[in-house]
Formats: sequence, C-alpha cells, structure tokens
Amino acid sequence: MKILIVDDFSTMRRIIKNLLRDLGFNNTDEADDGQTGLPKLQSGNFDFLVTDWNMPGMTGIDLLRAVRADEKLKTLPVLMVTAEAKKEQIVLAAQEGVNGYIVKPFTAQTLKEKIDKIFERIEGK
Amino acid sequence: MDATPINRDLLLEKAQALITSIESSETTDEQLELQIDDINSLKDNHLFQELGKMTRDIHDSIMQFRMDSRISDLAETDIPDAKDRLEYVITMTEKAANTAMGVIEEGSPVAEKLGNQASVLKAQWQKFRNRELSVDELRSMGHDVEEYFDESERMMSKLLSGFTEILMAQDFQDLTGQIIRQVINLVNEIETNLVELIKIQGEAQAKGESMEKHDEAKKLDGPQVPGKETTDNVMKGQDDVDDLLASLGF
Repeated sequence: MKILIVDDFSTMRRIIKNLLRDLGFNNTDEADDGQTGLPKLQSGNFDFLVTDWNMPGMTGIDLLRAVRADEKLKTLPVLMVTAEAKKEQIVLAAQEGVNGYIVKPFTAQTLKEKIDKIFERIEGK
Repeated sequence: MDATPINRDLLLEKAQALITSIESSETTDEQLELQIDDINSLKDNHLFQELGKMTRDIHDSIMQFRMDSRISDLAETDIPDAKDRLEYVITMTEKAANTAMGVIEEGSPVAEKLGNQASVLKAQWQKFRNRELSVDELRSMGHDVEEYFDESERMMSKLLSGFTEILMAQDFQDLTGQIIRQVINLVNEIETNLVELIKIQGEAQAKGESMEKHDEAKKLDGPQVPGKETTDNVMKGQDDVDDLLASLGF
C-alpha cells in the first residue's frame, strides 16, 4: 500500500506520516501542494491519497478534480484532511468525489476509522 | 474653509504703480487699462485658488468617506477578530506544550523504573553466570525476569501511546500557521489602507482602486476558532462532518 501525503505544512505531513506508520502503512511519500503532488501520483503507482485543502499553488480540491479527471488515477481513494469546515466546502468535496473528509484538529482514532471505512467500502464494491 | 488671503504686498505694489501712472502725464489710456486689468487678475487668481481648494476638499471628503467604511470595518471587526485568533494561537501552542511536557513527566519515571529493573536483573544474571546463585535465588530471578517482561510490555505500550499523543499535539503548528497567515494578510491590508490615507492627505489625486480586493468570494476560512463563526454553515467538529456526509449518502 503506497500512500501520498499532500500538505503545505511539513509538521502536518510528518504527523500524518507517523500516524499512518502506526497503522501499518510504511510506504508513504510527501508533496507540499497539488502541483508537486499530481506528477508524483501520475508516475508513482500510489494506492491512496491524503490531501489538505488550503495550499498555495494547487489546492486540494483542484488536486481532487485533477485526479478524478485523469484516466489512470480516477479510481484512486482520496481522503481530505483539512481545517476547512464550511458545509458548502464539504458538500463540494463530496460532489467532486472525495472518499473521506476529516477536519483538523483530528485524532489518530479518527484517521484510522476513516481509512478503515474507505477500504471497507472499496472492498465491498 | 479658510479663504486664501489676497496678496496684500503685491496689491499695494501694483496700486502704487497705478497711482504713479495716473499722475504721470506720459501714460496712455491703454497702459492704464492694462494695469487695472492686472490688478483685477489678482482678484481672479484668488477666486480660482479658492475654487480649486474647494474642489479638492470635496474630493478629499468623498475619498475619506469611501475609505472610512473599510477602515471602520477593520477597526470594528477585523482587528478584534484577529486578536481573538491570536489568542487562540496562544491557547493552542500552550496546550501543545503542556501535552508534550505532561507525557514526558509521566513517561520519564516509567523509563527510569524499567532501566533500574534491568540493572538489578543484569546484576543477578552476572551472579548466575558466575555460578554464585543458590537454587532459591535462581527461582526468584526467574520470577523477576517474568515480571520484568510483563512490566516492560505494559510500560512500552504506555510510552508508545504517549509518543502518539506528543505527535498529535504538533498539529498546532499547521493550524496556528494558517491563523497567523490570515493575520499577516490583515496587517498587509491595514498597511495598504494607511498608505492610501497618507497619499490622500498629502495630495488630492484620483485614487481608490485598492479598496475592493478584500471580498474574495472564494476565500478559504482556515481553522475554526472556538466561539467564532458558529453559524449553521460551519461544522463544529468531525461528528458534524460525518453527519453531513452520511446525509449525502457516505
């Protein structure tokens, strides 16, 4: 399982990376916004994407759109981990095809639950 | 509005010149007329200056008024809001520091205790290697070793969960970073407005493009600050988000 973590704050990337490691996901890579993240996704055989929303360059919602529009990437599970908590934003993310949405600040337990749920649903299909 | 005073020295000089001309028999009527016109133009200049000043004043007042609504917004809403946000930054950094120190304070004695137990066991083990242990002592050592394994298993999981707690506490850096960026943007805006104000005060020129850029429709709001923006529109936490997504069929 190879996971890409996209967030403009390196501390947050490190937190998510460590939490994922605790959950048994050791194979992770990082990018600091959509612009650097998308090429990594396109060339890197990733199985999962964890992305922030508010980033300079290319935002998380644009990255999500780009992923869904890419023939090779369109089924990639995407978990959004962001401080944006407006109803419209969550609805928008859902419409654009996000698989899970976590608002910061979050707990290790929440991350585990959402990831489990995403895989349950994918395997159930 | 202060009237621009007529330049009396100049008027006196011209009037005296006129009197001299009138008294002189050599002066032609045309020359006298020119001098009278010249004196008259002093009055005209004065009028034009007054008119110009009035126009400037009106323009300034209008500009001032346009500035005022945004400036009063800044003063009434944005600055207090920024202060609350900065307070929240202090709260979050304090909380993170306390979490980390709490885990360390709890974990240090645990690590110390395990270390001490290992030292005791090591000494016993050395004695065993030197064949200095009685059967009873050997039995007791076996018991201690077992206990040590149990204990270290328990303590290690406690330390590990402490590490996770410290790790999670570092999320303050992301959230406070976003908040501080918002405040920096606000400070930039205030700076722009102040510069604008100074410009308008110095010279009355047509200006005013920089005013409107505040309201970007697509503005992202960043981290939720407790006690702020608690409209129905904003999710108060992960549970709200989950409920919303569930209602959307997630």
